[in-house]
Amino acid sequence: MKKLIYALIVLLAILHQDFWWRADHQTLVLGFVPVSLAWHIGVSIVACLLWGLACRYCWPDDLVNDDDEPLLVGSRTEGH
Amino acid sequence: MLLADIVSPSHLQIWIIVTYLAALILLGVVSNRFFRGTAVDYFVASRGLGPVLLVLSIFGTTMTAFAIQGSSGEAWASGVGVYGKMASWSGIVHAACFFLIGVKLWSFGKRYGYQTQIQFFRERFESSGLGLVLFPILTLLQTPYIIIGIIGAGNMIQAVTRGAFPEFFASTQGAVPFWLGTLLSTGVVWLYVSLGGARATAWANALQTLIFLVVGVVTFWLIADQLGGAGQATRMVQEYNPSKLTREVTPEHEATYQEKLAEYEAARAAAEPGAVVKALKPHAPKTMTEWDFLSYGFIPLSVAMFPHLFQLWLTARSAKAFRLTVTIHPLLIMCIWVPCILIGVWATSALVDGRPVIPADHTNPNTVLALMVNMLRDPWVTGLLAAGVLSAILGGMDAQFLCLGSMFTHDIVDHYMAHDRLTDHQRLLTGRTFVVIVVVLCWLLTLWLKEAKPIFGLAVWCFSGFAALFPLVFGALYWRRMTKWGAYASVISGIGLGGYFYVRAGLEHGFSSRIEPHVWGVVPAAPMVMIAALALVVVSLATRPPSDATIAKFFSPQVER
Repeated sequence: MKKLIYALIVLLAILHQDFWWRADHQTLVLGFVPVSLAWHIGVSIVACLLWGLACRYCWPDDLVNDDDEPLLVGSRTEGH
Repeated sequence: MLLADIVSPSHLQIWIIVTYLAALILLGVVSNRFFRGTAVDYFVASRGLGPVLLVLSIFGTTMTAFAIQGSSGEAWASGVGVYGKMASWSGIVHAACFFLIGVKLWSFGKRYGYQTQIQFFRERFESSGLGLVLFPILTLLQTPYIIIGIIGAGNMIQAVTRGAFPEFFASTQGAVPFWLGTLLSTGVVWLYVSLGGARATAWANALQTLIFLVVGVVTFWLIADQLGGAGQATRMVQEYNPSKLTREVTPEHEATYQEKLAEYEAARAAAEPGAVVKALKPHAPKTMTEWDFLSYGFIPLSVAMFPHLFQLWLTARSAKAFRLTVTIHPLLIMCIWVPCILIGVWATSALVDGRPVIPADHTNPNTVLALMVNMLRDPWVTGLLAAGVLSAILGGMDAQFLCLGSMFTHDIVDHYMAHDRLTDHQRLLTGRTFVVIVVVLCWLLTLWLKEAKPIFGLAVWCFSGFAALFPLVFGALYWRRMTKWGAYASVISGIGLGGYFYVRAGLEHGFSSRIEPHVWGVVPAAPMVMIAALALVVVSLATRPPSDATIAKFFSPQVER
């Protein structure tokens, strides 16, 4: 799953280049959004979904323990 | 700079600005009630911010005034492709940096008590000297942005208050003079930073994000309505400037341009001398090349090395608090940028009562949004826009002041003068003192450099400089074989190449030029990042690896799986 999500993010970066509608000024989405802009709005939405999935499936497990972990002894002080 | 000579001043605008500044001071006062009196609370809010405040404050910090005024202007000049090359790239890359860099740095910061980037790099590379190289680079890259922010704030206040106080400021047509406006804005920022530290900064940035969203939606709605609806506004662009709706120029776009230009010339010839020509002058079509568009993906890498963003990351209560930031950051960018981009594109072909909203001879992209808003003749909207831009300026400035104060305290005074033995109280006092010094120095530099145009040209390069440091932080976190000499080589080659490009472009176009820099058809950040990465790998492989203790400290199973 982890590799799939990272692969999809790379694919999104490639699709970001918009090979299809970069010269199309006629097609409007919702009657006012040029299709090239609509494509990149879609890229933003998909980026949100993919990074959400990354947070769910690619999150480093060890970091969860850091939430409550105290400052290490011997490291710099934090006012303690 | 932005609204001067365009927006008609009114007392309502002044009151909106005053209310905004008062709200910032109030935030400082309230956040002071939560202040725990420790250095870690002052600099990183005791690492206690939850997910909502974190996402709003990080977004507010990464979105500069450019997101409001610059995006519309760029879209007016270059078309809808601006969204792809700046906004949607940022959505992907910023989130990647938060996920891959921010969370890990937060983890090390929490574990080992780091409060600045240099503390981390010194220990990761077992090198005290690396800090001496990084400190001036980070400071020099950050200072132009602070100064430009202060200049912007001073000009904004002067523009909005024009005619308001003729009995006090006759020499500026009644406007609050530049020196006083900049003193007022930096003074307000200093006050709330001083009162609440990082917590006040985070709250102020969250407020900024909310103002951004309100300004964007309200402005978009009203302008679309004024132009006969969003559909009609876009159809006007299809008719007069179809190339603004695409990245590629087609023969049809060229033919439309020639046809509309002939119509405009005929209307101009028929018009009375000195009268406004009631016809739109089309923009000459411009292609956005594929390489240029692609290379813009390198610029958002800069967020991985912004010192003030690093400090904001450290304010997170937990690693999990980052999840909301990573996920919805691309959506927030979209919400701010899409309305601004559409307004900018509509501006190319907007007619009201048969007259172009943007005059045919207009050349400054930064004033396009103000002209579109001024078309509404609504002081509420112009006041909100002024507050939005001012909040964007001040929102970035506060975090930068605090961060520079922290860097001077921890990386210079504590490390070199006290050998990392300052007490918490001493660090707090030193930090507060340095924030004052940084604020005063930046204000004085602003008054000195106000007319020095090269400062604007230099600022364009700062993002590229931070991006060139991306391989350093990425390698430090993910490649255990990376050595301190690899780090030196990466920093020196990336920044050195940027310096070379800057001087070369300056000699070619003039150092005061604000022309967007390009090298070999791409943005300078692209070769800078690649050279920095190459130097990092080659030199690291050629030099002795880090000690086992360092590897264990930063790459043990608890830290990296």
